Amino acid sequence: MEALDLARIQFALNITVHFLFPSITIALGWVLLGLKFAYARTGAQTWMHIYALFAKIFALSFAFGVVTGIVMSFQFGTNWPGFMETVGNVAGPLLAYEVLTAFFLEAVFIGIMLFGPGRVPDWLHTLATFLVALGTSLSAFWILVLNSWMHTPAGFEMRDGMAFVTSWAEVIFNPSMPYRISHTLLSSGLTVAFFMAGLAALRWVRGQQGQDVRRTLQLGVGLGAVLIPIQIFVGDLHGLNTLEHQPHKIAMMEGVLETQEAAPFVLFAYPVTAEDRFEVSIPGASSFILTHHRSGPKSQVLGLNEFLESGQTFEDFPVTKVFWAFRLMVGAGVLMLLVSWLAVWQMWRGGQGLPRTWMIHVLAAIPAIGWVATLAGWYTTEIGRQPWLVAGVLKTSDAVGTTPLSALIFTLIGYGIVYALMLIFYIWVIIRLIRSRPEQPLFQPKPGALVPGAAHGVAQRASAGA
Amino acid sequence: MELIYPYIFAFLLGLAILIYVILDGFDLGVGLLLAFEKTQEGRDTMVASIGPFWDANETWLVLAVGLLLVAFPFAHGMILTALYIPVFFMLVGLMIRGAAFELRVKMPEAQRPLWDGVFFGGSLLTSFSQGFMLGLYVMGLVWSYQTVLFAILVGVSMGAAYALMGASWLLGKTAGALQARVAQFGRPAVALTALGFALISLGTPAVSQRVFDLWFSIPNIFLLGWLPLAALGLLLFIWRQFGLGSWTGLKSWRAFAASALAMALAYTGLAISFFPYIVPDKLLIVEAASDTSALFVILMGALGVLPIILGYTIYAYWLFRGKARSDGYRYRMTGA
Repeated sequence: MEALDLARIQFALNITVHFLFPSITIALGWVLLGLKFAYARTGAQTWMHIYALFAKIFALSFAFGVVTGIVMSFQFGTNWPGFMETVGNVAGPLLAYEVLTAFFLEAVFIGIMLFGPGRVPDWLHTLATFLVALGTSLSAFWILVLNSWMHTPAGFEMRDGMAFVTSWAEVIFNPSMPYRISHTLLSSGLTVAFFMAGLAALRWVRGQQGQDVRRTLQLGVGLGAVLIPIQIFVGDLHGLNTLEHQPHKIAMMEGVLETQEAAPFVLFAYPVTAEDRFEVSIPGASSFILTHHRSGPKSQVLGLNEFLESGQTFEDFPVTKVFWAFRLMVGAGVLMLLVSWLAVWQMWRGGQGLPRTWMIHVLAAIPAIGWVATLAGWYTTEIGRQPWLVAGVLKTSDAVGTTPLSALIFTLIGYGIVYALMLIFYIWVIIRLIRSRPEQPLFQPKPGALVPGAAHGVAQRASAGA
Repeated sequence: MELIYPYIFAFLLGLAILIYVILDGFDLGVGLLLAFEKTQEGRDTMVASIGPFWDANETWLVLAVGLLLVAFPFAHGMILTALYIPVFFMLVGLMIRGAAFELRVKMPEAQRPLWDGVFFGGSLLTSFSQGFMLGLYVMGLVWSYQTVLFAILVGVSMGAAYALMGASWLLGKTAGALQARVAQFGRPAVALTALGFALISLGTPAVSQRVFDLWFSIPNIFLLGWLPLAALGLLLFIWRQFGLGSWTGLKSWRAFAASALAMALAYTGLAISFFPYIVPDKLLIVEAASDTSALFVILMGALGVLPIILGYTIYAYWLFRGKARSDGYRYRMTGA
């Protein structure tokens, strides 16, 4: 174990735990806004019951995301001082803009969103919900701009070993940015969709079959069914973009060791890095996905052998990790496609607007499928970037700090314990929420009010929360 | 013109830290005082008083560390490498406090005293670590028996100062019997804070000849001497406020205003001592600064957006004005 490995493990642990929470909040913010609109339009209390439940989950996820995010903002400097010293002129302003335009926005308005009902007019509460959703998405935007730039840097020049920006437009709209942002935002949408459907399914299985549970189930399944084909399409575009800019990553994802025509799509391989490996594959499929040609010279796919420097072997690349992480993501995606479309079909054909009972059990078993896919995809792209921290500009090993090994081990264990406890209690709270009875309505319309959406004003305090 | 950017950023960085110390200071102080409040309803009210604000208050710390990282990458490396372990403890403290904030209302009600304990523990760890880091920073980031002892004393004083902020905040945010109990926490906190101020005021010139000359030369002693005197006067004023016995309307906010001002004065004193260094007697502000073109981009953003942030932050405080209530959580679990 070297300091570099420990610094990487520590950072990976932190960013993995942190990423679980924004994965939920980014899309859930917009779902909450949608629920408010649905309530304003129909006046049905069901929507506010759902809002109340998921606002709690939002608050929990948001708080956990904030505190784990603070750790990350310190670790940029403590673990990777070379990062800021080399590309600080690019990364600095992007991180600063994230805090200034997004973080404050969400942090202030979440107070109004969570504690406002009964205290502020309904329109202001809706506005606060909107600004929180906007803030989380903006925050994701700046972070993903920086992350994309680290994969496909553009708009800068190197002088004396430091990056200087020549065009902010090129930095922000760097080649992989549009694909990466679309892919990540959609993955958050899918995480929320299957999480909502899964939670509702779990409540259904437990015998809570009220209107709010039915609506949540329909909402989650419907959202998943709409987003998953878009995600597969965007994922394909993202893959082609990666092929153009980071072909060695694609070679690892596809498990293509030697450059070849009519490359097969490898479903299973062991060991991945051996020339004479055992594999199960679909002939020509990899070439078809990447080049849209099944065979012939145009179907050529670059193998990892093209990227070996003298003396290197395939084992010097994280081929096995990237290969399997990619398969886990694709597998989760295919499962999401099958489950959501079949469930929608059953809902449409069945009389009561619900999937079959066995399908509800399937949904109840996979509330975390979106997280699995998101993390697997994230690992694919980030591990696939190695050994570079910023592609072609800065190697990870050149950015690591001088922290003593003992301090790294001590803090790694410490963070590990704290994160484990946080995750245990996060899941515990969600189980409690599943078991709880339907929520009290947040807004109780004034007696005699004609328009439900306009009825809840400053006058009603307290009654809902007690 | 370009030479001025590092100083502008040093000012912005200082401002962000000061706003953090005042805003999260009272949050942390409320957390510390939870250990001394015996009734569950009282603790619920205390936590409810900071509920809508704490997320945003903590964001100032992210801005501060971000500005340090962005504008002074070399100082960032030097400071955070030297303080790696106390930073770790502060981050753990912040995490368990934030988690306890949510879990105390979302876990079974019988566990709430336990989570209040965790909340207190997180606040204590955070406050102490921050004070410890300040102490070590004042001592020029040197680890030795004397400097660590000094840092421990500053750590305890920092807790006292935050408890003072928390008690002053609660004086304005609570009423009745709870307000009276909160007022009793105030005076010991004032005494300990005064001790901490004295400690740092004497410790800083003791380790640095430069700081000694700065404060104790003529005419500086007359130009700057009012700062510690004014801080002392404010602490006496706060001492009196906690003893009034009845706090109504705007009067109940006098102690908080004076505490915030006292913190700002103490902070200004430190800033005067260390200027133009960013790491005391080791690294100058200009030496640590990054490229000016990147700083210009950030400065434009900051000048454009900070007034808006301040605007909606003030609006949120105004919106949630008035006394806190123990049922301040709108999303309490029903049943279960």
